[in-house]
Order: sequence, then C-alpha cells, then structure tokens
Amino acid sequence: MFNFEFMQNAYLAATVIAILCGIIGVFVIARNMSFLTHTLSEIGFAGASFGVFMSWPPLNGMLLFTTVSSIIVGQLSVKPARRENVISAISALFIGLGILFLSLSNKNASYATNILFGSVIGISRADVWQISLLSIVVLAVIFVIFRYLKFDSFDPVGAQVKGVNKQILSIVFLILLAFSVSVAAQIVGSLLIFILLTIPAAVAKYFARTVGGMMLLAVIIALIGVWLGLYLSYVTNLPVSFFIATIEALFYFGALLTQGSQKSV
Amino acid sequence: MVSEPILQINHLTAGYNDAESPVLKDLNFTINQGDFLSIVGENGVGKTTLMRTILRQLKPLKGNVDYFPSAHAVNIGYVPQFRNIDSEYPLSIRDFVGLNLTGFKLPWLSRSERKRVNDMLVHTGLQDLANRPMGQASGGEKQKAYLAQALVEEPDLLILDESTASLDPVSKNELLNLVEEINQKLQVTVIFVTHDIALAKKYASKFLLLAPGTYVSGNIDELTNDKVWGMMESHV
Ligand SMILES: Nc1ncnc2c1ncn2[C@@H]1O[C@H](COP(=O)(O)OP(=O)(O)OP(=O)(O)O)[C@@H](O)[C@H]1O
Ligand SMILES: [Mg+2]
Repeated sequence: MFNFEFMQNAYLAATVIAILCGIIGVFVIARNMSFLTHTLSEIGFAGASFGVFMSWPPLNGMLLFTTVSSIIVGQLSVKPARRENVISAISALFIGLGILFLSLSNKNASYATNILFGSVIGISRADVWQISLLSIVVLAVIFVIFRYLKFDSFDPVGAQVKGVNKQILSIVFLILLAFSVSVAAQIVGSLLIFILLTIPAAVAKYFARTVGGMMLLAVIIALIGVWLGLYLSYVTNLPVSFFIATIEALFYFGALLTQGSQKSV
Repeated sequence: MVSEPILQINHLTAGYNDAESPVLKDLNFTINQGDFLSIVGENGVGKTTLMRTILRQLKPLKGNVDYFPSAHAVNIGYVPQFRNIDSEYPLSIRDFVGLNLTGFKLPWLSRSERKRVNDMLVHTGLQDLANRPMGQASGGEKQKAYLAQALVEEPDLLILDESTASLDPVSKNELLNLVEEINQKLQVTVIFVTHDIALAKKYASKFLLLAPGTYVSGNIDELTNDKVWGMMESHV
C-alpha cells in the first residue's frame, strides 16, 4: 500500500494531524470547548467552499473563516448560559453560507463531499508540507505558553487569582484551535474533525493523571484511529472518515464502560 | 523588633461598579509583616470583596491600598472561597499543586521546581496522596492541596477565604496548625477570613471585624462574642 504516493502522503498527513489533535484536544476538553469545536468545523466547511468559489485552495478559505470567526467568538463575552445559543446561530449562518458558495462555484457535488468528509486521494506532497508547517507553528505557540494555558485550562479560578491574562490567552487558544480545525479537516473532512479533536482527549482524561500523560495517551488514541482507519479504508474502499469515527467512538464507549465498572467496585 | 507594614489600606471604598452603593466605605487599616489577621463579619458584608481589592482583581472605588516595599514586590497567595473541582477532575494532587508554577518556561518542571512541589506536599501532609486524582480527594485534602498550591510560589502574604468552612473540627485545626507553622517559620503574613470566632481567637494575633457601614480592629484578645453580637445587632 505504501507503494502509492497518495497513501504515503495520507499517512504522513494523518500522523501529523493526529499528534496535533491529541495535544490541542486535551485543552479543548479541559476548557469545555467541544461544542465550539463542532461549530468551528462547520465554519471551516463554509470557508472551504468560499475558497473553492474564489478558486483558492480550500485550506486557505478554511483558515480565513475559522480564524476570523474564532476571534469574533472570543470577543463575544456573553454569559455562558447564552453562549451555546449564540454559537448555534453562528453555525447555522455559516452552514448556509457554505452551501451558497458551493452552489455559486459550479463545482460538482463530489467537491462538496470531499470538503465535508475528507479525502485520502486528494492529498499531495505539497499539502503534507503545508499541514506540517501549520502544525509546527501551532505546537510551537503551545510550547511557549504551555504553563499559562495549562493553569488556566485546569484551574481557571487559581489562574485568575494569579493574574493570568485570560482574555488574551483564550483568544490565542481559539486561533490555535481554528488552525487545528482547518488542518485536521484535510483528512477527516470538516464534518468529523471534532472527532479527532475531542474523543482521544476525552478518553485520555479518564486514565491519565497528568497533563503530559493525557497528551501522550490522546496522541496514541488519535494515531491508532487514523492509521487503522486509513488501512481499512484502503482495503475496503470505504470512506476513511467512517473508520476513524467508528474507531474513536469505540474507544470512547470502551472507556466509559471500564470507567463505570471501576466506580461501582 | 518594630514590625514593618506589608499592606496599608487608606480611606478605601470598595465594591462593584454596577452596585448602587459601595460594599465597604472609608476603611483604614494596616497589616504588618508576620501578622496573622482574622477577618470576621456576617455573610455579604464584604470580606471577599476586600480580599479581591487587595488582590487587585477589583479597583478601589475610592482610596487606595499601598503595598510595601512595593506593589510588585509583594507576592500574594490566595486560597479562594469557591473552586470548581468535580469528581471527574483528572489531575493528580501533585500536578494540581504544580500548576501555580507559571512563566514562559519549558512545559515540564525543572528539578528545583519539582523539589518545591514536593516540599510543599510534605509540608501539608499530602505526600502519600500525591498521585491521587484531585477529583477523588476529600474536602479536607482538597483544601490542603489548595493551600499547597498557593504556597508553592512562596508568597509573602497568604489569604485564606473561609478555607475551613466545610471541614470537620479536627481537619480545621490540622489545616490551621499548618498555616500557623507557615506564619511563624516562614514569616508569611496571613489573612484568614472566617465565621468561626473561636478559631480566630485560637490562631490569629489580630482581627478586623466588618459590619455593614462600620468596622473595628484590634488585637485578637479584644475580640469578644459580645463585641461581635453588639456590632451585628446594632444594624438589625
Ligand atoms: N460580582 C459582583 N457584582 C456585584 N455585586 C457583588 C458581586 N460579588 C458580590 N457582590 C455583593 O457584594 C456584597 C459583598 O459580597 P462579599 O462576597 O464580599 O461578601 P462576604 O463578606 O465575602 O460574604 P460571605 O461570608 O457570604 O462569603 C454582597 O452584597 C454581594 O451581593
Ligand atoms: Mg466571601
């Protein structure tokens, strides 16, 4: 299977994406941002179709839309109770826009399914480089702000007492998340990105006791999902996102079950 | 030895912008280095508001708070009244304590930082529980972990906002014995907010009694139940 260059590219890209998603995901879960991540992936869909409409690479459209909207969401200091409704409204708007741009761009329906569900064949060596570069930028920023991000994510009250600048931190994190969403969409598609960004970290939370441990475990779970998913997709000719989603979901339910039996002991 | 002030509160009026009237009015008060000060007063009188003003989370509406030798030099550790740690909270007690070591540094703790965390765990009697998830710690153990987290940055001033409220009498004394030791051995100034007059009298050296619109302060032996009830009743 590795004789084909597209499979090499897919594996390389998937590996980078899994590492990125495992690490970012730990903060997504700690900061209770699963819902927002879902919305960002829908915004990413709109951005990608805008890119297609403008004859840009879809990734550039995604980066533009997700980054701008995450800054806007970060500025909306609405009460948490109302936040989900506001985000729902934003996401409805963006899905609508995505559909509009796609129909305006006269591209056929397979283009839309590629954006929504990802594609393995479509990834070139140049894409792999772009994905790697963006991931390195995101991880480098995380590296620098790590201690503040960790404190604020895992003990917001303590971080506030310490005078950590929450506003700046949360906007920086939203932008990093926007980048990650756009990058991850290349392989699993915008509809299922939140799977890689939330499930591995959510599972890791049940078993690890340190932030580093959670990251390691989340990366491993994400890697198993994409590697195995790509293999099964290659063998069966079925969509890779189906397999990744199924594998990650099995991890999650497995974790819930073992967790449940531990607690009842 | 003449004690030096660490904090001076001058004509402080404090509260929230949206409130019609300020919570605290024209408060004057000095805290010296090494003091163990107890702040007492009924619910809603403004104890937490005063602490948040001292922490510079709230701007004084009038007056000011002076820090000695300078605002930057006084490192304040705060154990807040409320914290959101649920039963699924994953981090170990050790990792939780280490969260307070911030800065643009390497993600992992250095050897000397790990030692500081470890020393604080030993100090607070948590060394055997260090790897237990915070979510599974008891109320008293959590309070000790909060204390250890605040202490790991070696503060000059430690503020405990009703940290003992949910504890049983034995744990209360255990925690305060710890704080007393830190106060005496490490010369950390302590502000202890509480509703428990007996506890305040047992551990503190000074008191500040807040009542709506007024306050009294003094050495702890001047704090009597009659005084507390007198202050409160005059406003009923
Ligand atoms: N964020 C806020 N905005 C507006 N008013 C507030 C805010 N927080 C507290 N208050 C009000 O300020 C007053 C003082 O509150 P504070 O929390 O300082 O009381 P406290 O003495 O700490 O009470 P307790 O013993 O219950 O902890 C109360 O009337 C409260 O309703
Ligand atoms: Mg209070």
